[in-house]
Amino acid sequence: MASNYYEPEDLADFSNITEYAQDQGAKFFDYYGVSTSAGRLSEREKTLIALTVAMTQNCPYCIDAYTNKCLSLGISEDEMMEAVHVGASIMAGITLVHSTQMRKIIRKKSM
Amino acid sequence: MAVSDQLAALNRCPVHFTKKLSGPVYAAGIEVLQLNVGKRCNLFCRHCHVEAGDKRKEIMSAETLDMCLEVIRANDNISVIDITGGAPEMNPGVKEFIEKATKLGTRLIVRSNLAILAEQEYSEFIDIYAQNKVEIVASLPDCDENRANRQRGKGFFAKFIQAAKILNEKGYAKEKSDLVINLVHNPLGAYLPANQKSLEQNYKLILKNKYDIDFNSLFCINNMPVGRYLDFLLTSGNYDEYMYELLQAFNPTALENVMCRTMVSVAWNGRLFDCDFNQMLNMPVSSRYSDHISSFDMEKLSGRPIVLHNHCYGCTAGAGSSCQGALE
Repeated sequence: MASNYYEPEDLADFSNITEYAQDQGAKFFDYYGVSTSAGRLSEREKTLIALTVAMTQNCPYCIDAYTNKCLSLGISEDEMMEAVHVGASIMAGITLVHSTQMRKIIRKKSM
Repeated sequence: MAVSDQLAALNRCPVHFTKKLSGPVYAAGIEVLQLNVGKRCNLFCRHCHVEAGDKRKEIMSAETLDMCLEVIRANDNISVIDITGGAPEMNPGVKEFIEKATKLGTRLIVRSNLAILAEQEYSEFIDIYAQNKVEIVASLPDCDENRANRQRGKGFFAKFIQAAKILNEKGYAKEKSDLVINLVHNPLGAYLPANQKSLEQNYKLILKNKYDIDFNSLFCINNMPVGRYLDFLLTSGNYDEYMYELLQAFNPTALENVMCRTMVSVAWNGRLFDCDFNQMLNMPVSSRYSDHISSFDMEKLSGRPIVLHNHCYGCTAGAGSSCQGALE
């Protein structure tokens, strides 16, 4: 077993996730390819979205891959950090909006 | 950085470039004669493989420039003259060379940093280029002033924009004009460039909207692990990861179209190389095929084996990379 659960070189293993389930894996990569390449949204916009999702989901592989892709696309450090703040504020909002459930229970149960 | 240190670093690459090939790579004729007319430059770029600067003394002599002209005159199949440096404008013989070369009717490319054209001493080159229909290739690593200056030095971007505006006024990149200016993007760090078309669209949008500047095409060039860029990779601890990235991205299709197969590169002292990077690594064409412009032998050079080392991964990674940008 490797010394860490996440090894940087394991990123290169991403293309092998088709192992043991070829059909599903191949369909995933078709879908992944279409959804992350330029469409009505540009490649830059989609890459910033991907970076933001990577951050909010704490995925070291995706953070590595999409930070490098942002750099390759000439996306500036400021733009990347702005995108991270979008993710951070939405995650904060998601946490806070769930206080509705908490507050509803509190109101119902309290005398 | 000493050549021996550069070669020692390149030798650290886990798989030698030649192991990726089924055999030697041979030239397929000579269409381009690339002249490195000297290492003197007004800029001191952090990625420069030539390690050019204003203290460099290596300048191609008028005699060598004349020998190059003779070779071009005697060989009809050389259809492109590609002048690079340093800053070519800082070679006192280049102005006359351009005028003589134009008369031969050969397509003439000059790789200019443009910032030099904003300096009074060299501003006459704007008219020289326009009058002789010189195709300009100019490096701009980023459309953001701070980021561009980070690589090419303080004040670069403002001068670049100033010169580009004047070139546009002279007709460069304008509709129905035959004056061509292409830009070059190279990454600002230890990573490969994105898709050339995608970056070109972004450059066109920003330069037009923000600065009202037009250009023809954008070429994306990988940074080669040579000279100051290699030094950066080593001192920043990025070398192994970058070489691994190049190695992983090896694309045999790109190998078919690399520039060295149809080009000979002439150094400031007249010695012949397969490319500008081999020049800086002091890896000349073997004397068996003629190794100096004074003994240029079209027949022998046209089928010569290319001298390869691990920096060659830079030209064969991903979409490939050449002095004309991506190869696919």
